[in-house]
Amino acid sequence: MSDESPKPKKVLNKSKVKTPMREQDAAARIFNFEEVPLGYNEQEATVEALRCIDCKDKPCVAGCPVGIDIPAFLQLVGAKDFEGALRKIKEKNFLPAICGRVCPQEDQCEMVCTLNRPDKGREAGGIGRVERFLGDYAMEHNLTITPTVAPSTGKRVAVIGSGPAGLTAASDMVQKGHAVTVFEALHKPGGVLFYGIPQFRLPKEILMREVYGLRDMGVEFVMNYPVGKAESLDSIRERFDVVFVSTGAGLPWFLGIPGENLNGVYSANEFLTRVNLMGGYKFPDGADTPVKKIKRIAVIGAGNTAMDSARTAKRLQPEVVYLVYRRSRLEMPARVEEIHHAEQEGVEFNLLHSPLELVNDGKGAVGAIRCQEMELGEPDASGRRKPVPIEGKVREFAVDTVVIAIGQGPNPLLTADCPELTRDPKKGTILINDVMQTSLPNVFAGGDIVTGGATVILAMGQGRVAADAMHRYLMTGDPRDPFATAGGSGVCPNLT
Amino acid sequence: MGNKIVRVQELAPRTRLFEIEVPHIAQRGKAGQFVILRVNDEGERVPLTLASRDPGKGTITLVFQEVGKTTEMLGRLQVGQEIHDLAGPLGKPTEIPTGKTVVCVGGGIGNAVVWPQVQALKEAGNRCIAILGARTKELLILEHEIRALADETIITTDDGSYGRKGMVTHALTDLIEGGEKVDEVITIGPVVMMKFVCRATQPFGIPTQASLNPLMVDGTGMCGACRVTVGGKTRFACVEGPEFDGHQVDFDELITRLAYYQPEERASLDSYHRCRLEAAADRLQNP
Ligand SMILES: Cc1cc2nc3c(=O)[nH]c(=O)nc-3n(C[C@H](O)[C@H](O)[C@H](O)COP(=O)(O)OP(=O)(O)OC[C@H]3O[C@@H](n4cnc5c(N)ncnc54)[C@H](O)[C@@H]3O)c2cc1C
Ligand SMILES: Cc1cc2nc3c(=O)[nH]c(=O)nc-3n(C[C@H](O)[C@H](O)[C@H](O)COP(=O)(O)OP(=O)(O)OC[C@H]3O[C@@H](n4cnc5c(N)ncnc54)[C@H](O)[C@@H]3O)c2cc1C
Ligand code: SF4
Ligand code: SF4
Ligand code: FES
Repeated sequence: MSDESPKPKKVLNKSKVKTPMREQDAAARIFNFEEVPLGYNEQEATVEALRCIDCKDKPCVAGCPVGIDIPAFLQLVGAKDFEGALRKIKEKNFLPAICGRVCPQEDQCEMVCTLNRPDKGREAGGIGRVERFLGDYAMEHNLTITPTVAPSTGKRVAVIGSGPAGLTAASDMVQKGHAVTVFEALHKPGGVLFYGIPQFRLPKEILMREVYGLRDMGVEFVMNYPVGKAESLDSIRERFDVVFVSTGAGLPWFLGIPGENLNGVYSANEFLTRVNLMGGYKFPDGADTPVKKIKRIAVIGAGNTAMDSARTAKRLQPEVVYLVYRRSRLEMPARVEEIHHAEQEGVEFNLLHSPLELVNDGKGAVGAIRCQEMELGEPDASGRRKPVPIEGKVREFAVDTVVIAIGQGPNPLLTADCPELTRDPKKGTILINDVMQTSLPNVFAGGDIVTGGATVILAMGQGRVAADAMHRYLMTGDPRDPFATAGGSGVCPNLT
Repeated sequence: MGNKIVRVQELAPRTRLFEIEVPHIAQRGKAGQFVILRVNDEGERVPLTLASRDPGKGTITLVFQEVGKTTEMLGRLQVGQEIHDLAGPLGKPTEIPTGKTVVCVGGGIGNAVVWPQVQALKEAGNRCIAILGARTKELLILEHEIRALADETIITTDDGSYGRKGMVTHALTDLIEGGEKVDEVITIGPVVMMKFVCRATQPFGIPTQASLNPLMVDGTGMCGACRVTVGGKTRFACVEGPEFDGHQVDFDELITRLAYYQPEERASLDSYHRCRLEAAADRLQNP
């Protein structure tokens, strides 16, 4: 491919809108767990890449939390040098097939793209879509851009938690020549990428391919190993030269309203875990973890977790799926594409509804959800208009299942065992300095355990920055030592 | 994978003891903690208590009753085979007092949990009385192991086939009313039994720890399936328990929550039995 690559040509595609992506039809897809957007083919990807005008300031690059050289990879795709484009992306992001699918592009790279002028009916460049194409292209053509692994340094690195932050740190550290062991509490790697984000949005095969790739590079994975329980952090610190903690924000929040412990009430984590991690949608013949036959379900919340729960529920063939959210559409935090897909699939949005109580059906299970209707009042400190109750307007929906998807806090499994690891007293997140080092000198941390629930790409970005700092720490004892640097942006994306 | 089964013993009908090689859990596990295992890649995650451990040999002991698909499949494994996934030790260890008189009240499979408790209590220099209940003599497990450790062991069976006839609660009340100065009670067994044990000790103001067994999925605090109400507050039993102040536990809620998946679990077991029957028929036809 690369040896016959022609010189990039300046042929532009002047289309105002993104090249459409083929999708599974909404009527068909709610009967399966297959992926919804089908991805670009070579032609579509090339055409879309040629919409980028390679503008002067390239604001997209700063909009990407890991600073991918976006115009550069788009030019290469425009010239059909897919392998070259992939190399370009992999300089900064080692999971393009995943980020292309799950990044909230409309808030990041694409939001600031010069082309993005809704007032003129013009859409941003389809950066995420082309990125996804490249990730898939690599897989289909078995193109492993095998990174060169540096000669062994003899240093040992422990990574605790195998979500995107941990996987990225593991990848970078093994390439720098260190021996890496990843410890994971669950029986599958990937963190939220495995147990949270559903198959129809991120096929597990894509994730597993990346994990196998890391294994081939020499990373050792130890599953079923909850650090803090199976082994103390102190003991890990003795066995390894440096430790990266990336244990995520896995602790589900509940609302604290009456009826939350009734049968049929789940945290989004439990609901998604039963279906995704445990394969509950195949119960009873393909999996042993039960999922109830659902008739009427309400999902509370409006983030990605809520959309994933609602869309997962839809695939279990209930009569109705409600989404209950206390604010208005404008404030919904989920990716625009997910909101759009949920609507297409027939999820019923009940916006400006605040749950008051879950009502017992008389047999210990939830039978209804009572909601206070709200309206938008004055803007609050954040500038958002605050929802206020409309006096006397209370509605009740009959349901047999409720999923609470209002967010997650830091996972305390490890930190509970290790009080010396300084945490934010209110939020429970691990505190780090400018080089992502914790209060224990050979322990670094990144991802959701540091930021609270954030995004895949931010977690990956932090994994990479931490890897650079850990490398410097291992080689010279100083995580800031400028002479030990080996690539990476060197800036903590959370701190910029 | 590891997790090799090195010893299998049938303790009672449908009740087995496994000794398994898992050195890190053998090192770190404590009385009151549990493990979560899966028998294959489609399997459910099932919690089982650490009944005993041998740090020197690097083994742990689990005792389980075959009540559903997973525990039945587990029961078919033989010495030399490996358990697909095994994570632990999970949950908080029991708080073991010193120099106290403690009564451990176990029922049914719960006696497997009493065993490590009695051991830990004795090691910490307590006087320890074990009350072990079973429906009938045949189902009584670990009597000899516990008798060898406890200062006193009282057996009850519902049908009177062995030991005292009647419930563990009667034996407990008699003990307290008979003048035994009981500082603390630990109870492990069927939820209804624990509920009545707690009700029995309440009037005497004896602190009572109940070891709860709600349904669990991950066992790492990530899903909330295991939530129980204690003193009006929601607690995650897998990370904050499984032992709680029995006088504060909402047992009725726990009973309701435990029953939620019964129809599905039945369906899963039936389908499993059907498959095995078909496979057996197949083997007969094509030997
Ligand atoms: C349902 C859902 C949908 C989402 N959708 C999107 C999306 O579309 N786009 C997006 O950008 N972001 C999304 N997010 C957020 C994103 O997934 C997270 O920000 C990201 O996964 C955080 O990565 P992490 O590596 O920090 O932690 P996690 O992915 O949470 O991984 C942490 C891992 O650590 C393990 N662990 C915890 N404690 C221990 C211990 N003591 N020992 C060993 N292992 C331990 C956990 O089991 C877990 O596997 C979503 C989140 C959820 C829940
Ligand atoms: C912390 C903890 C420690 C435990 N320790 C032991 C132990 O040492 N030995 C042992 O035999 N069992 C123990 N259990 C119970 C054990 O986990 C269940 O029996 C097992 O999950 C059943 O799985 P299954 O697939 O075989 O049956 P399922 O098909 O899941 O269930 C079959 C029947 O058992 C009931 N059941 C399911 N889960 C539980 C549960 N958690 N508690 C009570 N009844 C249940 C169901 O309602 C159903 O009637 C423990 C449970 C917990 C939470
Ligand atoms: S990683 Fe995410 S933010 Fe960065 S370019 Fe790709 S899609 Fe955009
Ligand atoms: S901002 Fe948009 S047009 Fe400009 S370089 Fe980036 S992708 Fe191309
Ligand atoms: S079992 Fe999931 S939080 Fe306890």
